[in-house]
Amino acid sequence: MAYEFEQPLVDLRARIDSLESERKNGKPDDAGPELQELRAELARQTTDVFAQLSPWDRVQLARHPQRPRTLDYIRSAFTDFVELHGDRRHGDDLAVVGGPARLNDMPVMVIGHQKGKDAKDNQRRNFGMAHPEGFRKARRLMLQAEKFGLPLVTLLDIPGASPFLADEERGQAWAIAENLQTMSRLRTPIVVTVIGEGGSGGALALGIGDRVLMLEHSMYSVASPEGAASIVWKDAKFAPEAAKSLRPFADDLANLGIIHRIVPEPAGGAHVDPRGAAQLLKTALVEELAALQELPLPKLIDRRYGFYRSLGVVAP
Amino acid sequence: MRKLFSQKDRRFGFLPGRHRQPDLPDELWEKCAGCGEMIYLAEFEQNAHVCPKCGYHARLSARKRVALLLDPDSFEERDAAMRSEDVLAFERPERSYEQKLADEAEKAGLPEAVIYGAGKIRGEPVVLAVIDTNFFMATMGSVVGEKITRAIELATESRTPLVIVSASAGARMEEGMFSLMQMAKTSAALARLHEAGVLYVSVLTDPTLAGVTASFATLADVIIAEPQATIGFTGPRLIEQITHAKLPAGTHSAEFMLERGMVDCIVPRGDLQQTLARLMSMYGNRQPAPAADTPRPVETAP
Repeated sequence: MAYEFEQPLVDLRARIDSLESERKNGKPDDAGPELQELRAELARQTTDVFAQLSPWDRVQLARHPQRPRTLDYIRSAFTDFVELHGDRRHGDDLAVVGGPARLNDMPVMVIGHQKGKDAKDNQRRNFGMAHPEGFRKARRLMLQAEKFGLPLVTLLDIPGASPFLADEERGQAWAIAENLQTMSRLRTPIVVTVIGEGGSGGALALGIGDRVLMLEHSMYSVASPEGAASIVWKDAKFAPEAAKSLRPFADDLANLGIIHRIVPEPAGGAHVDPRGAAQLLKTALVEELAALQELPLPKLIDRRYGFYRSLGVVAP
Repeated sequence: MRKLFSQKDRRFGFLPGRHRQPDLPDELWEKCAGCGEMIYLAEFEQNAHVCPKCGYHARLSARKRVALLLDPDSFEERDAAMRSEDVLAFERPERSYEQKLADEAEKAGLPEAVIYGAGKIRGEPVVLAVIDTNFFMATMGSVVGEKITRAIELATESRTPLVIVSASAGARMEEGMFSLMQMAKTSAALARLHEAGVLYVSVLTDPTLAGVTASFATLADVIIAEPQATIGFTGPRLIEQITHAKLPAGTHSAEFMLERGMVDCIVPRGDLQQTLARLMSMYGNRQPAPAADTPRPVETAP
């Protein structure tokens, strides 16, 4: 599937692909110049299209159904991943995944929200909307990271915490709050990356760290644009207006000092080249972790407090 | 989420001025949102906005709450003038955020939704913060987060018990991610308070929802709820909108949350000061915490 704004790019890519496969199938090589021209055209049009995206297009891009998910990044950028399940209290929430893995030989704990790949997967994973037991599983793994001295890497991609009565009964708010407190003092370096949709408190519950990164086309918002529109405009159909006002994109939040670094994506977005996107993320994570490991732990934790303490704008 | 509480609904509390009967003089009577009885206003005021007939706890302003809990003249308010800024130049319908803030300030008689300071409860020092639903449905933006954090830091540094009386419809949209980050800021400050061994008692009043419940309001040693207060992450009306199904009565009430182990006790407003004094006298005199360079023991995973 493709959004309207990326349709011309999708068509161009299809033509390039078919010419390439013709060449592979041993057809006489008269497509060379045409291919070159098409590739140049694709690069030009990609730049144009992405320069003109509306805020609402950018929301769609962050939510793109083909965007790589946490497990895709774990498979491509990490090795030796051992997925650990369950919160030891209630159950196993498939909307949160995690476990130890290696990043360039270095053992780390990696935890992320996991949206589904298709309708069936989304049903199992509650469309990525984590339950309290998902946040509690994450907290269990964070404490393991601290115990065994593994740096913590978290990947954020959640429409919002699961909003149903059963979640209320199991203490959704309590589970999120505990994670905020635990992460703010966890005695190991933490690098947070928003890879898709950073939806509100459910995103923040895996989102306290020493360095906060966002992929170029991800978003991170206090509420979904639909939710904000129904509160401020009293009607969810004003979501595109809310998407503009909320300033939820990586460049907005870097300018506001709420995130530290933007991780570039391959031209056309991470979904066009998932392996390339994983490589770019890996490079950023390796750099960030190396820098954090230079700092003694007490200094790291003081600095982490200082960062969150400084967020907010008030008139005295 | 604040619009969820702007309409008539007895589950969401007492909305003064909306239930008056035309045949009674407005200034003398109030209709109880719990039982529908007419209450003599002077009696209602004297009873701290609790219905003398059915015990229904109507919302109480922050100033009245301070007067109810603290010893007379003991409150030393801090940062009373702190105000919000339209940091995102948030484009919204009808009124600018600045105008909205000015209107809310006039309505509530406060420049923002929270007041805090040092005071005494039955002679014992306390740091008290109270959130007021009259200001912008007590939504949390930078000022609410900053003043709550300063209250937490004051309690931590002076090793004084902390009491926060919470209420909120959630994060304030007009400050975008700055609002969300107040959850992180207040939670981080509370982590330090707990490491220092200082008592924190949270009082949840009607309604306490979303980002406030999912941060400082629940990170307490003791969580007290007021009778029938609406408490939760996703409020009842929003769940009904999402699921297109009616919820049974009483979900999200303090009693519902007590049954599910989420709060420690439900204390009627008239007994609140005494309960706080008891907890402070038994928990409040802890020996100083070990030196800061002693590593805290690694928590065993649950």
